[in-house]
Amino acid sequence: MEFLSDLASITNSTLRISTPLVFAAMAGIFAERSGVIDFSLEGKMLMAAFVAAVGSYFFGNPWAGLLMAIIACVSLSMLHGFASVTHKGDQVVSCVAINILIIGLTTALAAAWFGQAGLTPTLTDDQRFLEITLPFADALREVPIIGLIYSDILSGHYIFVYLAYLSVPIVYWIVFKTSFGLRVRAVGENPSAVDTAGINVFAMRYKALAINGVLIAFAGAHLSTAVNANFFREMSAGRGYLALAAMIFGKWHPKTALLACLLFGFTDALQIRLQGVELPAIGTIPVQLIQAVPYVLTVVLLAGFVGKAIAPRAIGQPYIKER
Amino acid sequence: MVSPILQLTNISKSFGHVQANKNINLTINKGTIHGIIGENGAGKSTLMSIVYGLYQADSGTIKVNEKEIKLKSPRDSIENGIGMVHQHFMLVENFTVLENIVLGFEGEVVFGKNLEKAKIDLKNLCETYNLNVDLDSVISDLSVGFRQRVEILKSLYRGAEVFILDEPTGVLTPQEVDELFKILRSLKEEGKTIVLITHKLNEIMDLTSEVSVMRQGEIVGHTKTETTNREKLAEMMVGRSVLLRINKSKTKRGDVAFRVENLTVKDDLDVTRVKNINLEIHAGEILGLAGVTGNGQTELLEALSGIRKVESGEIFLNGEKISDSSELLNPRELKEKGLAHIPEDRQRMGLVTDFKASENLIFGYHDQEPYSKSSIMNENKILDYSKRVMEEYDVRPRSPHLMTSNFSGGNQQKLILSRELNENPKILLIGQPTRGVDIGAIEFIHQRLIDMRDKGAAILLVSVELEEILSLSDRIAVMFDGMIVGERVNEDVTDRELGLLMAGVA
Repeated sequence: MEFLSDLASITNSTLRISTPLVFAAMAGIFAERSGVIDFSLEGKMLMAAFVAAVGSYFFGNPWAGLLMAIIACVSLSMLHGFASVTHKGDQVVSCVAINILIIGLTTALAAAWFGQAGLTPTLTDDQRFLEITLPFADALREVPIIGLIYSDILSGHYIFVYLAYLSVPIVYWIVFKTSFGLRVRAVGENPSAVDTAGINVFAMRYKALAINGVLIAFAGAHLSTAVNANFFREMSAGRGYLALAAMIFGKWHPKTALLACLLFGFTDALQIRLQGVELPAIGTIPVQLIQAVPYVLTVVLLAGFVGKAIAPRAIGQPYIKER
Repeated sequence: MVSPILQLTNISKSFGHVQANKNINLTINKGTIHGIIGENGAGKSTLMSIVYGLYQADSGTIKVNEKEIKLKSPRDSIENGIGMVHQHFMLVENFTVLENIVLGFEGEVVFGKNLEKAKIDLKNLCETYNLNVDLDSVISDLSVGFRQRVEILKSLYRGAEVFILDEPTGVLTPQEVDELFKILRSLKEEGKTIVLITHKLNEIMDLTSEVSVMRQGEIVGHTKTETTNREKLAEMMVGRSVLLRINKSKTKRGDVAFRVENLTVKDDLDVTRVKNINLEIHAGEILGLAGVTGNGQTELLEALSGIRKVESGEIFLNGEKISDSSELLNPRELKEKGLAHIPEDRQRMGLVTDFKASENLIFGYHDQEPYSKSSIMNENKILDYSKRVMEEYDVRPRSPHLMTSNFSGGNQQKLILSRELNENPKILLIGQPTRGVDIGAIEFIHQRLIDMRDKGAAILLVSVELEEILSLSDRIAVMFDGMIVGERVNEDVTDRELGLLMAGVA
């Protein structure tokens, strides 16, 4: 029984920990499927966390914070588009610039506004998102199996957790079942084909980037107004890069990218669970070693097990129409 | 009664300093096949891209069905019934045929009813024009010929009345060309208008009823096809008379100079591309290697010229073994033994396009006398030499200091040719010598190759241009799927027979 409840708690944490990764991976899919490299998921997630915390604090409402985070992230995506789509700059350079800018900007603004370098004031319960207990969760808790799955795993998460997993089928549906999705995929594969079909290549890429901005904003808001009750310095902690790796590992496909995010989330949940636990025959594994597992796994997976990850063909190339 | 469907008046277009189109006036009549012929860089593709709305003209007007229209994007021209099949197909390779065709004209936000209707419409179109395309195939699984049909089907589906085809036969086998021509004729029978852009005179004579000739951005003549001939058209294209068939004497064949035994070669992805090939080339003969692009010719050339590892088999030069799986002479050593190589991809492998012409002219000899002494290059000697060679090979412009990338394809090729032929090689390996080269330069290059042969060189000519193979070679070998599937003496072979071999069916 103890094993089962351990399993339930690890699964529960996996879902929670994977949430920002899932949003970021879905955001990445939109940008990269349209042919624009998005290395700036990390910076945008950090920006969203900061803006969401500040917005929630000032307006006293987490939804207002989320809205502002969306505006901020879409603006950053547009900036990335302006540099790399309109002006055909190097997409990686544009992303790196955004990432560096945001690290400095969030810290400096927090210092200027709140007097603490890289910290925003703690949000009250009114100012942040709270865990949602699903209906009948308490009543069903004692029912075997169902209670475990429903009450201990599925219930009691922040709204973003549910939204993240809901976003995956929606993204899948948009990308593969709508004409908009067809055009996004086409513009990332062969922009000339899209241009000769009379569709504006640049407009398509901007639209994809706008959706990318909305999705990544949720990841940041989740960090600072749900899981935590304030913003702190560099709180995205590499999740943007991890999500990018998951997206590539998932071959730019929502379903497999989701699985990759869950895998990363699981290793993280496991490492938290394993800290200080004495394992048979091995003994206690040093915390530092366990904490490195998700990152080592990323490197190993990307280096060896991805197989042929075929990127969208036109990725990273600005579209140049006239010679 | 003939009525014009497309009228261009005073169209001009510049790219920076280069004027690609100058005051073009052109009338295309409804229901005709109208040829536009001109050399590479004459401005044909630019003109048609303007008609298709991809580029915007600097000045001039365009009328469709005698009504003036403004073309701001391809959307405008598609709505006016203009369709275009580009030289490089505008297809998304990992999409299905159906997805490619409906792209941009989905007619619905979420795929459903309209997609089903499109399938039915497309099946009907396929039947009407005998296109035989499977809508659910993925493009990357289709042959080049079928991809082209998808492009035609795409234009039909979008309601095109005028079909512009830009160099449509460049990548096809002779059989595929026949099929294409059948389709084009049936389009014409249904009342469609076809504009055929080409630099091949035969196609104009075979297919068109009217022809316009372009030279250096201008239209230099219009004529009914029945009142002209190949020679007259060629003269108009180039601005002087040209020899279409090269004059060559019978070969004075010497001993075997180059021999390849059971050669097998793999490409970078470890796929076997050359399978157990045997070849012999005699001194004083040209062996033409025909085949559709991608049947192993590239890898074969690379292996023979010492830049790709030999998997198994042996290569002999004048009876001396130069390469096998354990040993590979590098290009420099091969050069010293009298082997010269003019690669298929001149811009990537033959030249450093960011170098001056004079630097490319001596590249590979730059550390030798007289261009260099004790590792210091002698600018004056190099310049003198460059001027002399550029004169001799008629490289235009004659500016040794000009960046190589600023020369036209033909003139770039002449730079390589002069460098490689200068040392009088005994063996010459040459790939696609006239790809992207204008007709005047083709004549020059061909004549040089024949001269080399007459001086006793053994030449391996790899080309996808059947006409080139037929006009230069003494013997012809055909490569298909990495193997030599046939070898013929030039006089005894027809292009039909070669075409069947190239398609792997004979």
